[in-house]
Amino acid sequence: MNKALVIGTSFGGLEALKTIIPALPADFKLPILVVLHIGDNNNDSFVQYLNSTSQLCIKEAEEKDEIKKGYVYFAPPNYHMMVENDETISFSADPKVHHSRPSIDVLFESAAWTYKNRLVGVILTGLNQDGAYGLKAIKDYGGTTLVENPENAVASIMPKAALTKCDVDFVLELNEISNKLIELSAQD
Amino acid sequence: MEQNKSLVIDNIDIEIPLFLEAVFQKYSYDFRDYSKAHVKRRLLHRMSVGHFTSISQMQEKVLRDKAFFIDLLEDLSINVTEMFRDPDFYKSFRENVVPTLKTYPFIKIWHAGCSTGEEVYSLAILLKEEGLLDRCQVYATDFNRKVLEIAKHGIYKTQELDKFQRNYIKSGGKEKLSDYYTLKYGSIKFDQALSKQVVFADHNLVTDHVFAEVNLILCRNVLIYFNRELQNKVINLFHESLVHSGHLCLGSKESLRFTQHEHSFVDIDSKQKIFKKKIG
Ligand SMILES: C[S@@+](CC[C@H](N)C(=O)[O-])C[C@H]1O[C@@H](n2cnc3c(N)ncnc32)[C@H](O)[C@@H]1O
Repeated sequence: MNKALVIGTSFGGLEALKTIIPALPADFKLPILVVLHIGDNNNDSFVQYLNSTSQLCIKEAEEKDEIKKGYVYFAPPNYHMMVENDETISFSADPKVHHSRPSIDVLFESAAWTYKNRLVGVILTGLNQDGAYGLKAIKDYGGTTLVENPENAVASIMPKAALTKCDVDFVLELNEISNKLIELSAQD
Repeated sequence: MEQNKSLVIDNIDIEIPLFLEAVFQKYSYDFRDYSKAHVKRRLLHRMSVGHFTSISQMQEKVLRDKAFFIDLLEDLSINVTEMFRDPDFYKSFRENVVPTLKTYPFIKIWHAGCSTGEEVYSLAILLKEEGLLDRCQVYATDFNRKVLEIAKHGIYKTQELDKFQRNYIKSGGKEKLSDYYTLKYGSIKFDQALSKQVVFADHNLVTDHVFAEVNLILCRNVLIYFNRELQNKVINLFHESLVHSGHLCLGSKESLRFTQHEHSFVDIDSKQKIFKKKIG
């Protein structure tokens, strides 16, 4: 049974998330952790927006938060977000990875350490290679990997890099992703 | 191959606590209560840079090679910092803390985990502009001697100067940042008058004790690396070091949540993480 879902995206990511997250039901079984590259900007306005359109509770993650279902945790700008093995959130101000802080690789890899094969990882539209290594780590632990079809993504570099690095389980159109996630969350 | 990898990883969670215990026994540096994910990431990094095949092999090395331990200390102490990091914090500090400081005849300040010193020079500039610097005694501490050396000299690369300048302006700086440094050989050197009142010293927040009673503590972006128990211990140390109504400033993603002293402080600015110790 899957225990958590991690999503990574950059350019075009906010629009993509607006398609996926509001389509998930209130009783969606997996907690969701998201890295969206937004530079030095803050998360406040889109957290607010997503909250107003979603059935899940969207928040900017806080240090030591317990990771719980029903919640979507966004990494704060300028900190890497990691999963601790007691299923809490921690941050670090380590150097940037792929010019990015938060980095998708850092989140995905640490989540894979904790959730092992009970993790679902998703890479969406984006303009750099962050996330490819992390998705591979999820796969290596036996987790499930999904990538948005680069042909139709707003920016293809990130999903393409993920497909090159990792033998991905599902390549899907943006509007197919939420249904697949619901299916994966219900599996035993 | 894949299977092999998951085997090594499983072992790693056994090996890391043993490794940290060995480091503690040998060198008295205690990383046992640091965030596990953070430590694992840094150790894996060192393992790959040093071409080790396991943490146990690295343990062999660290027990016998002090120079290797020093490298490791670098890995584990993340020294990333900048001038006027989080400009809004300094702005709030000017508005909300400076007026209180102005009522004190003498001000003792502790920067805990000062890294290479950018934070120390930033605050010194602010205090100078507010006419307070001459009344201050500043302790700037870190457990990494290498960064303290850099902090003492106050010499930085010009690479990030643009960012520093932008931060300074955003923080409510009153002059020009260039008033405070001289440019030489592609580096900037801060005016030593800024650090005249500063003592740079080696202090480990995990294993060392209170060394002075102070009016203000800045400990920014250090507690994020600690687990709850250690955070609690260090906040106790700060509570003990502060005078009544003394101020405590944490990093923008840190809080007093889950610590014993959650209610021993009043929020001065909850967003910028400025707190004031309650009386009694
Ligand atoms: C990310 S830097 C923060 C620098 C600065 N305060 C800032 O916010 O920009 C963290 C610093 O904490 C120091 N540190 C970590 N553990 C420590 C400990 N146990 N005792 C003292 N300093 C420590 C590290 O050496 C590093 O310089």
